[in-house]
Parts: sequence; C-alpha cells; structure tokens
Amino acid sequence: MRKTCLNEIYQLAKRDDRVIFIGSDIGTGTLDEFRREIPERFLMEGVSEGYLIGMMTGLAMNGKIPYLNTIATFLTRRCYEQILLDAGLHRQPIRLLGSGGGMVYAPLGPTHTAMEDFAILRAIPRMTVIAPCDAEEMKRLMPQTLEYPDPIYIRLAKGGDPIVSQPDKPCQIGRAIALREGTEVLLVATGITTQIALEAAKILGENSISAGVLHVHTLKPFDSEKLLEMLSLVKVVVSIEEHTLIGGLGSIIAEILAEANFDGPKKFRRLAFPDAFLEEYGSQESSLKRYGVTAENAVATVMILLKGTSGIK
Amino acid sequence: MGVNHVLPPLDTVGIYQRQQILQILQKTGRGHIGSAFSIMEIVRVLYDEVLTYDPHNPQWDQRDRFVLSKGHGCLALYVQLATKGFFSEEELWRVSADGAMLGGHPEYGRVPGVEASTGSLGHGLPIGVGIALAARLERKDFRTFVLIGDGECNEGTIWEAALSAGKHQLSNLVVILDYNRFQCYSSTFEVLNLEPLADKWQSFGFAVREADGHNLLALSNLFKSLPFTHNKPNLIICHTVKGKGISELENNPAWHHKTRVPTAEMTRLINLLMNENEKNLPQ
Repeated sequence: MRKTCLNEIYQLAKRDDRVIFIGSDIGTGTLDEFRREIPERFLMEGVSEGYLIGMMTGLAMNGKIPYLNTIATFLTRRCYEQILLDAGLHRQPIRLLGSGGGMVYAPLGPTHTAMEDFAILRAIPRMTVIAPCDAEEMKRLMPQTLEYPDPIYIRLAKGGDPIVSQPDKPCQIGRAIALREGTEVLLVATGITTQIALEAAKILGENSISAGVLHVHTLKPFDSEKLLEMLSLVKVVVSIEEHTLIGGLGSIIAEILAEANFDGPKKFRRLAFPDAFLEEYGSQESSLKRYGVTAENAVATVMILLKGTSGIK
Repeated sequence: MGVNHVLPPLDTVGIYQRQQILQILQKTGRGHIGSAFSIMEIVRVLYDEVLTYDPHNPQWDQRDRFVLSKGHGCLALYVQLATKGFFSEEELWRVSADGAMLGGHPEYGRVPGVEASTGSLGHGLPIGVGIALAARLERKDFRTFVLIGDGECNEGTIWEAALSAGKHQLSNLVVILDYNRFQCYSSTFEVLNLEPLADKWQSFGFAVREADGHNLLALSNLFKSLPFTHNKPNLIICHTVKGKGISELENNPAWHHKTRVPTAEMTRLINLLMNENEKNLPQ
C-alpha cells in the first residue's frame, strides 16, 4: 500500500506542479524516478518531523500541496502541536502519509506501533483521517487529495494486503462504503480490519446470520448518516479496528449510537487493542490475534450478543 | 563583528507607539509589554523602509512576508499594522475583548497583514522556511522575514529549521533574533545560555550580522544591505533591551507579561515614559 501511495504521488506530481514530495530520511531508493525527473519537487529532509510540518504549512500557504511520508508514530505523536497549530489552525492542505499504521511494526516494539493515531488526530479541528483497506482503494482516494482543502492524514498498511475493496462502489473521502448488506448484524471496520469484518460476515452468513459490513476509510469527517442508516436495520453492531479502545472507530460509533436514541435496543461491542503498552513483539497478525482482533473473535462476539453464547454451528 | 551597544534614546514616534501599547494594556487589562517594547524599532523600520506590501491588498502575492515567530510581542506588530492602515486604530483598544479582531497572539486569516498564527514558540521559523522555499520554487522575488526571540531559541524546531534553511541556501530568508537577554523567568544566561550565539548560527550555515535593535539608522542600513551573501540565509542578531523606554520596565522580568495595572499607576508610567525621553520630544 505504501508503494502504491508513493507512486500515486509521483503520478500526481507529473500532472500537477503544485505537488511536492517530502521524505523525512526514509528508505534509500524511495521514488528515485521522481527524484530524477522532478528533482526540485522531491525533498529529502532530515529526521525533524516537527519542523517539517511547519515547513509544509509555509509551502501550502503559497499554493503548494506537500505530501510527507515517514513512519506513522513519528508523524503523529512527535509533531502533534505542529499538526494542530500549523496545518489545522492555518487550514493548509498538507498530506501526511504514515507508514506502518497500527501493528505493522509490532516486531520493532512500542516506539513504532501506531495505536492511537486515529484518537489524537481526530481531536484536531479540520483534520481528515483516512485508513484505506487496500492498495486499490488507495489508488481511488489519492487523486481526491489534490483539491481537498483540509490537512489529511493517511494511515498506510504494510502492503500486499488482500484486495477487498469493490471497484464498482463509489469511493469518496468522507463517505463510508457498505461492502455487504445485512439485516441482523452490522460489522464496522476501517483500514485492513475490513478484511476481518468481511471474513467474519461470511462465516456468520454460512451460519444463517445476516451480517452487513460497513467499511469506514474516512474516520474523520465521519459518515454518520450511512452508519445510522445501516444501524437502523440491525440489533447487533460490532466495531473492529487496529487501534486502542480509546478514541478510535469504536469510540466514534459509541458516541453516535448513544445520541441516536433508537426506539429498540442495539447491542454493541468494540474489538480493539487494550489501553496498554505492548508487552510482546511478534508479527502484525500475531498481535491482532493476541488481542482478539480477528474474524473468529468477531463471530464469537456477535453470537454472544445475539444469542448469549459464543458457539456457532 | 562590531556593535554599538550604546543604545539611542527614543524619538517621538518611539515614545508615541509605546504610549499606545500602554493604553492597550490599560484598556484591555493584559499584554506582553516588555516583549513588545523590545522589538518596536525592528518592526517599525521593517514597515517604514524595508518590506514591500499593500495594506489595501494584504494578500498581494508579491508582498514581502513578515512572520512574528515570537507571537507574544504582537502589540508591537498591531501598532505598526494599524499605523500603516491594515486595519483601523480603533481595533487596538479592544484587543482580546469579546468580538475583537485582535487577540493576545497574532492570528493568520483573521488579522490583515498577519502571515502566521504564532504564540506557541518555535512555529514561525519553520513556516517561514516553507514560505521562502515556495518563493524559490516559484521563482518569485519576495523575501521572508522572521522575527524570533532569544528565549524562543530554546525550542528544538528553531534549530531544525535553521539546519534546513542552511541546506537550502535560502538567501531570500531573513531571520531577526531579538536578543534582549531576558526570557519569561529571568536572564537567558540563567535559564538557558545561548552563547556563543553568532557562532552557532554561522555554523548552521547563516550569514550573520549584529545590530543595535533600537538604532533606526543602523537597522535601516543593515536591512538595505540584504542579502548578505547570495547563497546563505541571513541572520541578524538585534541587541535590544526588554521593556525599552521606561527604566522601571527595562530588563525587568515582571513586565514580560503584565495584567491589570491601576489607572493611577498607568498615568505614572506614561509620565515616566515622557519624562525619561523628554529631551527628544519636540519643544
């Protein structure tokens, strides 16, 4: 997904001279073709994320559209005040592309795992927060970042993730996508956990339980309308995310659900990471498994909420 | 680098503009007075003689940009912007009030002539580097001036920005350092020593000059000799006095930020401002 994203920036830069790529001392060889062809708009800067957000803001104030890529944790935590005050308060269209979103860098430990990026960034007024589910969706979203007026953060997954997005469904920043319709259960997911939601819905379907899947690539601005429309049909809703329980997708749904005041009761559960620093290494997949962010656990959770038992046929 | 440390007395405009700032404090109840008095002459010379701008078209794309990175000194900027007609002088008397245009720190997009929202230290210079880079990319001739504080040089982003400005050889960037040697708590030597300051900036790739920051002629001459070289960003260390103009305020950290000064006390201070600089007033 990262490669697709960076290549998309190169394609955008070829047709629009406002586009500038900035790397914060990232992997050697990255976008070499871009650097050779358009050297004046390829800036490889130092490991100074706070400064870079301000510098990008200055570029954007003068009509440029700068795209910055580095590791998601350094791009969100260290320079939080710069994102808020420089990009947010000045309302400048800077683009932040965070590599290794969620647990991608679990083998590297807690300094590199981005578990709270949705929570902290969505607290910033005017911020747009995006987590595409696969490289194809990334391709559909990137051209939209050219004319978008606000700062955008895009969480990038590791790459090679299965393609689960559907090309026939309209893909627009700020609009959630119903990847599957369902009348009993709604699974809501973002980023690569949409794969998990689809797998869980399939298992539930095989067990005669009708489960819909809402894929939320844009966490902010959140498509409350679509969520409420799909929620109105079901009795059970489960959110699935590669993020801490605090402040992410599950929190957003809880906030909306609490104020929706539906006539009938809705049962709700969040699948997410606990409020704790990681105590183990391992792969992204094993970390997701360890904390129950899996299709199997989603199915079990739905069964408990529906029938009071985790068993399936 | 020879610097005349004998600071000149204030002229009538210098006295009048400081009186305006004291009146803002009196009417609005708060303000960073010492910080504003420190940069009065720097900002005045910039708007009188150096910057290219159009107060009736503040977004004119060929204008020189002035970023007040030490945003807490904004009363000095507000007075200059009002004097030059960016907005009505009436705005000065309602700083920070309900419905006011002007606040306790300058805001981009809200105040005509303000190029960046500052107030949190260490933000204006990175933004200024970006503006200067954009000018370079667009082959535009405008220059970017960024005024930073000495206390502000405690911030890491100042040095991150300095490294990058040096790397990009931004001769269209002019950083002015208000070196009054006092920060909020106390002297910069006590809180966090910056010396050797000129050497530091030089080693970061800047062409460095020093000036008496209250000497209008010296500042004007120095600004007119910009850029100092064709391939380096410019840094001017302005030797200034925090609270310049009233002896009780000078080098007095209690006046870094001041709230609610009783009317009688304010009258006394304004009289002091007049009396101490009396010899310069027209007879």
